Amino acid sequence: MKARIKFQKYGAMKFIGHLDVMRYFQKLFRRAEIDSEYTKGYSPHQIMSFAAPLGVGLTSDGEYLDVQLLSCDAPEIMVERMNIVSLEGFRIIGFHPLLDQIEHQKVITAMSLVTAADYMVSLKDGYSIQGISTQQEFKNKFNEFLAQSEIVVDKKTKNSETAVDIKPMITFCAFDEEEYRDKLQTFVLPEAALPITNQIVGYNIPIDSVADSYENGIRIYLQVDTGSASNLKPELVMEAFYRYLDLTFEKFAWQVHRIEVYTKDDESGKVIALNMLER
Amino acid sequence: MRKLALSDETLLTVEKPARYIGGEVNAQEKDITKVDIRFCMCFPDVYEIGMSHLGIQILYDILNRRTDTFCERVYSPWMDLDKAMREKNLPLFALESQDPVKDFDFLGITLQYEMCYTNILQVLELSQIPIFAKERTEDHPIVIGGGPCSYNPEPIAEFFDIFYIGEGETAYDELLDVYKESKKLGESRIEYLERVAQIEGMYVPTFYDVKYKEDGTIESFTKNNAAAPDKVKKQVEMNLSEAYYPTKPVVPFIKATQDRVVLEIQRGCIRGCRFCQAGMIYRPTRERNLEYLKKCAYEMLKSTGHEEISLSSLSSSDYSHLQELVYFLIEEFGSKGVNISLPSLRIDAFALDVMSKVQDVRKSSLTFAPEAGSQRLRDVINKGLTEEAILGGAMKAFQGGWNRVKLYFMLGLPTETDEDIEGIATLSDKIAREYYTIPKDQRNGKVSIVSSTSFFVPKPFTPFQWSRMYTGEEYIAKARFLRDKMNEQLNRKSIKYNWHEAQVTVLEGVLARGDRRISKVIYDAYKKGCIYDSWSEYFDYQKWMDAFESNGVDIEFYNSRERAEDEIFPWDFIDVGVTKQFLLKEYKKAKGEIVTPNCRHTCYNCGAKVFGGGTCPTIIPDQTNEEVQDES
Repeated sequence: MKARIKFQKYGAMKFIGHLDVMRYFQKLFRRAEIDSEYTKGYSPHQIMSFAAPLGVGLTSDGEYLDVQLLSCDAPEIMVERMNIVSLEGFRIIGFHPLLDQIEHQKVITAMSLVTAADYMVSLKDGYSIQGISTQQEFKNKFNEFLAQSEIVVDKKTKNSETAVDIKPMITFCAFDEEEYRDKLQTFVLPEAALPITNQIVGYNIPIDSVADSYENGIRIYLQVDTGSASNLKPELVMEAFYRYLDLTFEKFAWQVHRIEVYTKDDESGKVIALNMLER
Repeated sequence: MRKLALSDETLLTVEKPARYIGGEVNAQEKDITKVDIRFCMCFPDVYEIGMSHLGIQILYDILNRRTDTFCERVYSPWMDLDKAMREKNLPLFALESQDPVKDFDFLGITLQYEMCYTNILQVLELSQIPIFAKERTEDHPIVIGGGPCSYNPEPIAEFFDIFYIGEGETAYDELLDVYKESKKLGESRIEYLERVAQIEGMYVPTFYDVKYKEDGTIESFTKNNAAAPDKVKKQVEMNLSEAYYPTKPVVPFIKATQDRVVLEIQRGCIRGCRFCQAGMIYRPTRERNLEYLKKCAYEMLKSTGHEEISLSSLSSSDYSHLQELVYFLIEEFGSKGVNISLPSLRIDAFALDVMSKVQDVRKSSLTFAPEAGSQRLRDVINKGLTEEAILGGAMKAFQGGWNRVKLYFMLGLPTETDEDIEGIATLSDKIAREYYTIPKDQRNGKVSIVSSTSFFVPKPFTPFQWSRMYTGEEYIAKARFLRDKMNEQLNRKSIKYNWHEAQVTVLEGVLARGDRRISKVIYDAYKKGCIYDSWSEYFDYQKWMDAFESNGVDIEFYNSRERAEDEIFPWDFIDVGVTKQFLLKEYKKAKGEIVTPNCRHTCYNCGAKVFGGGTCPTIIPDQTNEEVQDES
């Protein structure tokens, strides 16, 4: 059987790279004595896959990994068993046994079907942007920036640099949590529209966001394309914003925090969080 | 939430920030307001290397068992962070609390190999602690060294306040208890060190003076403080079967060199190879209790979540319960996805059976360490492995489907001749010939033999401590000679030959058997930019040579000189149990090509019996008995 685990990543653990996060979970499952399925052969390893790997330096409220299990307890117990042997900085907040594989093919392959993600990007304390000192000023400038007919940036790939218009890759943006939640209703399937609330949804445990907050209050919420078909890093949006302001981009000034990861629901055309799929 | 010593910006601009954030699984957390002593344990190399070291894990656990002490860890920052810390004048910090090391009570540095000496200076300098012990004040931590290289601490004596000569399990409690008492009484640093000097196994270098003869050798090594003993006696943990073992080792986020549970099954070695320092300084051989090891294996796998377990000892095949332990591990954990990683075993039916159970025969290789190419030279070094055993073991393995063999040798062993060197090539070839005696339809493709040579370095407290070491040029000539001989072999296409760098070996020789006059050279080499000397990308031989030259220190004096029998060695003040007299007798037997059977076979009265236990017999043969055996 397959199960989808949702976790948060925060604090000093934001410096742990994706491959090491995988190693961390392999060892965590062993400590929690989870009945994982192993590959056959002389060096057996656990079967797991991650959705949209998070870059080093980013924090998150919505990370997903799928595991292949031989047996398991009730989801609440599984979450507890894992959290007991986890560290500060990695908190398991959901455990979702996935339904029949053939009937729910979409659920199973969702990891590779990620289409969008929500981020909060905050100005860290100790940094400033020239000419902007309040959230209101930031909001005004950013809206001007987004009002452009197109936002062309140079996207670097391994071999080349190509000019890309990133504007269509930004679904929406917001400047406070209320506005963010309001806008979210429009784009996300209703029952999945509460990703950062304290409400218990399915097998998710009540959570508070682990995003760092800063005194300056300057921040932006963004929903952007994520995944293999179209992918936009929030950092690139910020870099383009700096260029629009004719300023040199300070990449260490911004803390990027992932809020949720989605796939597209073909019927409604809306997006749906990865842990809401089987409902 | 834990606060980090380094800014996000610094951490995100260095390679592998996870090296510096601490907070790993099983890392200790303590309230610093509730402890009396803060101890920072250092392995002076990069995190992934240091985290793989068992000794530190043992000490970390022992010290943290004390509620009055918080033991933390620090490693050498990699070059990128080293540069950033110097530019921004950031003090080096401990991983757990992220507090500056300079504010600790103790900085303990493990001395595992000579080539990390410049990294010790890096750690001290980045910590903003004076490099020379004599420049430290009441405000600085006490800097203490321990580990294999402390058996000749003289080349780095000026950088340390204390060296501990012995195994960590025994003396640290006293060191810390005395520290608390001394603090309570408001004593000075020197008063504390005087108390320390009276603890067995503790060496305080500043309490000793060295005088040299005109020829450069030591005239006298005498104490200048009444509190110090004339001889420092090695401390050993005799009750190893029940000695505390860290069942909750720290689990790094990034892949360490040893990414597995390590079970120390025994300490010491019965074999008595004459080049091997560990075989002498860890005498007597002591085994851990089988049931205790089983229990440890359970607990450690459970607490770490590691997917692999391996055994640690100098010679695993000599552990009395090896079969039972290995079969237990395979049966108990093999089915749970745990890999069993085998130490180098003597290749026999048992080893082959186990190997076929835990490894893919097609991918794994057999390892032999004959160390020398001829039987004559193997007798000189007292390496019991015979050609017959190697060929027999290899043949059994070939029949079982293996076709890869790794061979380890040393070049430049005392009395070595061209024939001995050529023996390495012919032995490699003979193994290949053995393989091709198997009918073609029954063998598994081509055979692959990898022969590697390192260059021999005479080490203190071995029978070869008197021996002349070859020069870099001589070593290279030996390697070239062997390479040519390899190319003459019938099966040359099946043999790959690797050899080590000669320049590092030369330096290792000086640092291993040097005296206090080397301290200045190490300091100057460091100041010229030498660091991470065991990493070939950073090793800079020329800078080292310049440092020797500007200090008027002659490498040949330390390396290329057969030392006189009665010469006072820099390390003679240490009593390791094994006597100088025994070592000299062994050196003479080496030259006479006479082997000494292992400790279980016969006791040769090496001196380790003073510790009263281990493999040492309770009734020690008297002198006459020993003489008779020597002649036989």
